[in-house]
Amino acid sequence: MSALPRATELGLIACHVCGLVCSDAATAQPGPGQALVCPRCGSGLHRRKPASYTRTWALLIAAFLMYVPANLVPIMRTASLNDIDDNTILSGVVELWIKGSPDLAVIVFVASIVVPMLKFLVLGTLLVSSQRGSDWARPQRAKLFRLVELIGYWSMLDVFVVSLLTALVHFSVLSRVEPLPGVIFFGLTVVLTMLASMNFDPRLIWDGRDTDD
Amino acid sequence: MLTPVHPIERASPLPAVVLQICEDCDTVHRRHALARGQVAQCARCGAVLERHHALSLNAMLALVLTAMIMFVQANVWPIVTLGFNGQYSSATLWGTIIAMWRQQAQIISLLAALTLFFLPLLKMLSLGWLLWFARRGRRAPGFVPIMVTLHYIGPWTMSEVFVLGALVAIVKAHLYFDVVTDPGIYAYAVLTLLITVFAGIDLRQLWELTPESPG
Repeated sequence: MSALPRATELGLIACHVCGLVCSDAATAQPGPGQALVCPRCGSGLHRRKPASYTRTWALLIAAFLMYVPANLVPIMRTASLNDIDDNTILSGVVELWIKGSPDLAVIVFVASIVVPMLKFLVLGTLLVSSQRGSDWARPQRAKLFRLVELIGYWSMLDVFVVSLLTALVHFSVLSRVEPLPGVIFFGLTVVLTMLASMNFDPRLIWDGRDTDD
Repeated sequence: MLTPVHPIERASPLPAVVLQICEDCDTVHRRHALARGQVAQCARCGAVLERHHALSLNAMLALVLTAMIMFVQANVWPIVTLGFNGQYSSATLWGTIIAMWRQQAQIISLLAALTLFFLPLLKMLSLGWLLWFARRGRRAPGFVPIMVTLHYIGPWTMSEVFVLGALVAIVKAHLYFDVVTDPGIYAYAVLTLLITVFAGIDLRQLWELTPESPG
């Protein structure tokens, strides 16, 4: 046992919602099948987020299934009198790099391509290593998780760009911008990866071979 | 070797002010009073446990009110106007949401309405409500459900992402059109600054700053 006691060892539970420290003994023992309830905010108390591995895996796989068409299907159509131009996420970045400003292209590249890929890689790694009870690079894995939580929602950037351009560019037949299905897949990818990282319990990184829940 | 490092914990009920559990790794810490600018970090995983609250309740309320004024501005004024062969076209946030709905992207429209309008609005209103009562040392009516709702709203407000998105859209549109930035974008920029200031504040302090029973 280490010098830093963990809540489970002391019979304590922290409320996920309000952070209150509760002890097993002080909280009224409910009957079988009933959940413990936080005395301060009324939320259910859990030692670990319930079914964390199952839910995170399910959401991550669902997100990946959305991610493939999000990258292959065009997200935006620019139509003018004489031509129609469909852009995918990547071709949009390339266009911005060539014609517009390379620095913004880098930002969009990071938000739309690097961040989602990073999320898949990091969450996948965390899930596999925690399920194996690995003690490899625990502090670094904890940091990676916090990074993913912090930057995850910035991937919505491209979705908002397409939305704004759609609203702005509607000059009858001369020039219009329309959203294409790719942007829906991409929006769903972002939401699903956010849900996946919320459902992952970072405490599992430190749990050794303990089981889920 | 087992040393009795935790005699206090044996006594229950536990005073919340004494102990603190790291949300990231479940390590139990003793709480210390923090000096200005100090941050308590978890000894095991390095997560931030608690920050010193530099802002008073009044200052926070003032920030929320400022953010509300900016939010109204950001929604009333157009964000940007495009010019093309003498035609002009401008967009507001709601114009954007409606345009996506009409273009068969209802899911995106719904997402934008939630993350850019309804949830930020709900967040500001509930914060204002809670702080208004908290500065007089009281718990607002509906304190508990509102605090729980605020916890779940968490990362689902994306105004700051929208600002960067608007910037990218402006640069892209600038290739083909005349672009005029409108007041909405400035209101959004200020709103983003306020959100950044607010992001550093741990709202859980409200549980302890106000007494358990109202009145």
